[in-house]
Amino acid sequence: MTVVFLILAALTIAGAAAAMSLRSAIHCILALTLGLVGLAALFLQLGAQFVGFTQILVYVGAVAILAVFAIMMTHRASAPAEPILSASWLTGAIVAVAVFAVLAWAIHSTPALTPASLPQPEASVNQIGAALMHRFVLPLEIIGLLLTVALIGAVIVAMPEKQDTL
Amino acid sequence: MSPLNAYLLLSASLFSIGLTGALTRRNAILVLIGIELMLNAANLNFIAFWRYGPHPEALTGIMFAIFSISVAAAEAAVGLGIILAVHRHLKTTDLDQMNSMKG
Repeated sequence: MTVVFLILAALTIAGAAAAMSLRSAIHCILALTLGLVGLAALFLQLGAQFVGFTQILVYVGAVAILAVFAIMMTHRASAPAEPILSASWLTGAIVAVAVFAVLAWAIHSTPALTPASLPQPEASVNQIGAALMHRFVLPLEIIGLLLTVALIGAVIVAMPEKQDTL
Repeated sequence: MSPLNAYLLLSASLFSIGLTGALTRRNAILVLIGIELMLNAANLNFIAFWRYGPHPEALTGIMFAIFSISVAAAEAAVGLGIILAVHRHLKTTDLDQMNSMKG
């Protein structure tokens, strides 16, 4: 466990925790962006360059911007100061703490699967492209179809409805 | 603690933070963001197991993470579209006030 890992882990956890606890929704998205950049850096540190850069492109570049647009479109200028937590927040917090306790206990009680140090595996973009075109070509086609259907569906769902169809 | 355990513990914390947000926030967009955080925790697990597991040359963990990111992007687009449509009807994104399935 290195210093770099500790710094990146602290950055990611801090960003994620701030994203879930800040009052203003826009501040939440900005904190989430910080956490996602930390996560992308962790991917880079693990040797998965392509996934790290995909993470930055997709999450920081697309999902966070999309969420900011959605917040701006649904924002009310004269919003009263209402509580940010739902009425059943205590149950939710207890469930989340219980889930973390079970996960941490399971990780702690499992004997180490691997030796502490392994040679860094190779995952160049060249190899990933070759694997996508040979072994994983069917999942790639399916994911392309899924993305097309999902984007068309999202546009149709968000489109203003005609009054007579109501 | 081995490096794999450290990454798994970090991933478990991220998952729990996302779950807390998804279960306790009122704003529907932030609930969606919490779900995205949980998906990201799963991605971190895929990459960590690829790095420290046997046969990393098969690239299975990397492929799983890439496909998972694609599905998460589709989910975010559809989810935000649904939130916009609900906001047009109910004029709110407060989940405590969305108590009716009728449009």
